[in-house]
Amino acid sequence: MAGAVKRYSGLMDWLTTVDHKKIGILYLISAGIFFLFGGVEALLIRLQLFFPEQNLFGENTAEIFNQLITMHGTTMIFFAAMPLIFALMNAIVPLQIGARDVAFPYVNALSFWLFLFGGVLLNTSYLLGGAPDAGWTAYAALSTKAYSGSGVDFYVLGLQIAGLGTLIGGINFLVTIINMRAPGMTFMRMPLFTWASFVTSALVLFAFPAITVALVLLMFDRLFNAQFFEVAGGGNVVLWEHIFWIFGHPEVYILILPAFGIISEVLSTFSHKRLFGYGTMVFATALIGFLGFMVWVHHMFTVGLGPIANAIFAIATMLIAVPTGIKIFNWLLTMWGGHIRFTAASLYAIGFIPTFVIGGMTGIMLTLPPADFQFQDSYFVVAHFHYTIVGGLIFGMFSGMYYWWPKMFGRMLNETMGKISFWFFFVGFHMTFFIQHWLGLDGMPRRVYTYLAGQGFEKGNFISTIGAMLMGVSIIVMMINIIVTQMKKADAPADPWDGRTLEWAISSPAPEYNFAQLPRVRGLDALWIEKMAGNKGMIPAEPLAEIHMPSPSIMPFVKALGLFIAGYGFMFNGNTKATSLPVVGFVFEHYILAAAGVAVFLFGMFLRSVYDDQGFHIPIEEIHVDQEENA
Amino acid sequence: MSAHSHPGVLPPHPESATLEGRNKLMGFWLFLGGESVLFGCLFATFLGLRGHSDDLLAKNPAEFFDLTTVAWSTVILLVSSLTSVLAILGMHKRNTKQIYLWFTVTVLLGLSFLGLEIMEFSNYTNHDSFHFTQTAYASSFYTLVGFHGAHVLFGTLWISLLLLQLTRKGLTVVTAPKLYVAALYWHFVDLVWVFIFTVVYLMGKVA
Repeated sequence: MAGAVKRYSGLMDWLTTVDHKKIGILYLISAGIFFLFGGVEALLIRLQLFFPEQNLFGENTAEIFNQLITMHGTTMIFFAAMPLIFALMNAIVPLQIGARDVAFPYVNALSFWLFLFGGVLLNTSYLLGGAPDAGWTAYAALSTKAYSGSGVDFYVLGLQIAGLGTLIGGINFLVTIINMRAPGMTFMRMPLFTWASFVTSALVLFAFPAITVALVLLMFDRLFNAQFFEVAGGGNVVLWEHIFWIFGHPEVYILILPAFGIISEVLSTFSHKRLFGYGTMVFATALIGFLGFMVWVHHMFTVGLGPIANAIFAIATMLIAVPTGIKIFNWLLTMWGGHIRFTAASLYAIGFIPTFVIGGMTGIMLTLPPADFQFQDSYFVVAHFHYTIVGGLIFGMFSGMYYWWPKMFGRMLNETMGKISFWFFFVGFHMTFFIQHWLGLDGMPRRVYTYLAGQGFEKGNFISTIGAMLMGVSIIVMMINIIVTQMKKADAPADPWDGRTLEWAISSPAPEYNFAQLPRVRGLDALWIEKMAGNKGMIPAEPLAEIHMPSPSIMPFVKALGLFIAGYGFMFNGNTKATSLPVVGFVFEHYILAAAGVAVFLFGMFLRSVYDDQGFHIPIEEIHVDQEENA
Repeated sequence: MSAHSHPGVLPPHPESATLEGRNKLMGFWLFLGGESVLFGCLFATFLGLRGHSDDLLAKNPAEFFDLTTVAWSTVILLVSSLTSVLAILGMHKRNTKQIYLWFTVTVLLGLSFLGLEIMEFSNYTNHDSFHFTQTAYASSFYTLVGFHGAHVLFGTLWISLLLLQLTRKGLTVVTAPKLYVAALYWHFVDLVWVFIFTVVYLMGKVA
């Protein structure tokens, strides 16, 4: 019964944890590693374009370049940006709403392991016959068997496995935010980051099934000879573009909304002011999420859907500028007259505003179909989406990382190194991408592995590559900062920034059960209200009692491993590389490995259904010990 | 947070009596929202590809679609929705026998539906040379209808497993939400079939 559950330590603790804070840390570490992978790929791309007519990777430079751009895009979007968002959502959202955990802690662990194994599967393609080379958008017919290597199989299965994890993660956070808020934490008292996570999770829920279908269709075409994208068999390549972008456009708002949330929190805290226009901020967030679903055709203006379709989607896209503009002005007015402190976190947040405005402005330019015919497939587009995704999302995530690092790890990142890192990143970023607007307007096409001398592209590419190196320096400084910080004693105060929201009301890092007693929330900026009322902390909403916790479990890890193995089973069916040995050939040809992997997953579901988790209780004495340690 | 259950005193709505139960219900409703998008995309694929490959098929599907069988499948699946409602009504009356009876009928109806579908598919492939890899229309037909069939199969296995659990654990605030969401799932799968019957078969016949 309850209480008899084994509490692991060391590696087993991390493999079996269902604690949202530890899962947040796991997400952050994995995202960091994938971010480095994607960053190295980016640097290799920039080095190849440093000078005209280079062949940095020998004879096969063009092929390798295609693999690099595909893997850079795919890795950064799905395996660096998405998990960074889930890292901070996991670490912070339950604390901000005054909950003890997410709604489904076990499923939360499953989300993480599915994401990780999906990413690992994708990256093993480098060693097993070449990485995907059809671009991160994997447009058919480029991604069909006739025109691409086996790498696209890794893309299809890796993203499918990781996408499943993301989808159930989205459901988890929706239920958490709807059902698990502390007493008094009404929807309109939720911090903006929680609101952004809520809307983002809704977008995940309705966008990810679309890519699931797209990947299923492509997988059936590639592995089982279906005809979805085979024109000779009555298939249609534009179908892929539609389904991909019905997912893909909401996906960019999935990425940017949490960054908007973080910027709102950080600017308010470091300006010592309540967020300006909270209600309109919530409204704008929800409106962006809503409109994000009806603009996907702006990725397809040149496909030839006709002037009516293009005009409707162009106008829908321009509408999004309105709620985004509301946000920009609210941030500026939050800082207006505030007592601004310039920390690493707030520098990233302040640097975000002009950078993202540039990205938004070029977005409006791209919205105009006639102009888009000129810009499309040029470096202008590359510049635009890096301004929104790096200048928006990554600036926001870095800001959040410096801001919440003490809450996640109990240590303060070094501010000086943080500021050095920021300036290198800020200058390097603008150097890399600002010039690319002109490269694009001058006609340099994206996704081409080199360019000729004497066409006016040399200077721009040279500057851009130097900028990329400066961003590399920034990341190295940041890594040193992280290593040095983690070697120090964990002595961060509970509330290092004079914070306003609930996560700062408990110790850094938060105890396993988050809140010894659930807090009573009396308004927006719950902790600030208590501070202003002269209270030392939150007023408890319940008496101190023993706390029921879910049991750790290795099954999420095992289940994800099952699908990971099944992925290879599906992929290598009939593949000559795997059939050199007779037994191995038999196993792959008859889908035995695939069936075994899926069986592991289903058996895991069976066990989860049959054996009820009784959980365990944390006794009051243990809570007292924690409280004395932090006193 | 914990599920304190007092044996013998089951609340009137045992599926939503605990926070865990309420979370499960909410999460499952949201999951069905995601599933709707999934089937929506499959329908869109089917509608988008229909009519692009007619001349590539040996026979037009309108000629060999067996509406009588499909109509019986529809009746069977719709009745199974009703029987799952009767099972849930039994749950609210804390009548375990009624749950067993009607969920067993539901599972049997689901299995008969699957039997008819397998028979239908094998007829198409054997007699009408209508294969998955033949044209884009065929691929999208088998993918859409097959995805639904896989959902029915999963549902029958799931409900059977829950009935076994009911034997061992009895009706509690832990088992009740599971039965309830399984019934929700079953309704959803039936609803999807209504659209498949209309869009794929009826509209396929007149097209």
